Amino acid sequence: MTLAKRIIPCLDVANGRVVKGVNFQNLVDAGDPVELAKLYGVVGADELTFLDISASVEERSTTLGMVARTAEQVFIPLTVGGGIRSVDDVDALLRAGADKVSINTAAINRPELISEISDRFGDQVLVLSVDARRGKTPSGFEVTTHGGRQGAGLDALAWVEDATSRGVGEILLNSMDADGTREGFDIEMITQVRSRTRVPLIASGGAGKLDDFALALDAGADALLAASVFHFGTFTIHDVKEFLSKKGYSVRL
Amino acid sequence: MIAILDYGSGNLRSVQRAFELTGIKTVITSDPKLCADSDGLVVPGVGAYGACMKQLVDVGGREIIMNQVAAGKPIIGICVGLQILFERGTEKGGATGVGVLPGEVSELKSQILPHIGWNTVSSGKGTKLFEGLDGASFYFVHSYAAKHTVPDAVNSWTEYGEEFLSAVERGSVSAVQFHPEKSGANGARLISNWAKTL
Repeated sequence: MTLAKRIIPCLDVANGRVVKGVNFQNLVDAGDPVELAKLYGVVGADELTFLDISASVEERSTTLGMVARTAEQVFIPLTVGGGIRSVDDVDALLRAGADKVSINTAAINRPELISEISDRFGDQVLVLSVDARRGKTPSGFEVTTHGGRQGAGLDALAWVEDATSRGVGEILLNSMDADGTREGFDIEMITQVRSRTRVPLIASGGAGKLDDFALALDAGADALLAASVFHFGTFTIHDVKEFLSKKGYSVRL
Repeated sequence: MIAILDYGSGNLRSVQRAFELTGIKTVITSDPKLCADSDGLVVPGVGAYGACMKQLVDVGGREIIMNQVAAGKPIIGICVGLQILFERGTEKGGATGVGVLPGEVSELKSQILPHIGWNTVSSGKGTKLFEGLDGASFYFVHSYAAKHTVPDAVNSWTEYGEEFLSAVERGSVSAVQFHPEKSGANGARLISNWAKTL
């Protein structure tokens, strides 16, 4: 066998709780990150991502406790993103039990942060999250901030090249055009980014049908991240993997 | 009791928690006496080879590992903890390793690096670590690896761009390139298999 394509559920958390709701049956507390993380671990998630959308510093410190409780009980890799601005933020998350961190706006504001983190902890801890959409930049794709509402004035492909040269382990590519549409991953964007970087590419945004996952892999994604289709039971992680396996993709069943 | 070597590298808490699940008592330490008194030693490690070696040497970890091996007591290296047991790593200009296993680790010949995710291991004949786990998947995160057969050892292999040594067992020395502490039930089984050698 070869390296399995990864399927990664993403949970939004704030103040130590999962927000935006998760619609599973037989779940006593759908807001408990530990319970959800355990469940996703059991049903075959290859990794887990927490996106911390806490508004305040106090809430962020609660996130650390939540990460620690999760890491105590869940034995698959855990990535935490959201609000990370310094090497100290990364240190605190890794000490709490995160395996990787993802950074986004802070790296755009100060690209040196990338090498500061990778020099200290290694490239492999750092997932560069890129929120991109179609725009008037040389490649036709621009980086955005604030959940896709503001352009960052950066060409997405140039940014991926610049950032990876500074030392990142993976790229998490979120298509702001496809996000929430459930009309499929952004194949063109995945293809373009894949051609510009050697690091593994996690694609996100737009998953709606099982076939979407296969198309994104064909475009060059190494891993696929999704939130609502899993949380609301459109299909399970196992459904996705079984589908991909039947189509001949390498997955961990 | 087993000692988890603390030289400022690696996800120590995750490693500790995973080993404790098997019922073994653990201590995270770099104290030579505690390590010498332990039944087994775990050498974790993440990050760059040279940086890990420097941190290891700074806490006297090199001697701790060599003493453990000389005493014939079980030791298991994880990820960069496997790599530094070899004589040399070529990462970022190269660095000297502890050298309790022969040969060097070098960059994987693959188009996409690091090698991140779940991959299968073909375990070598006579393995104790992979008892009940032949062909099982484990979680990998690395760009460098040993690619040679270690003599007088059980060598287990994984493919990513090329074949590399994903685990080695030689006498009391075991080492795995993947992260058993992040490999779910398979990882727990492997840790428990290692614990049986204590």
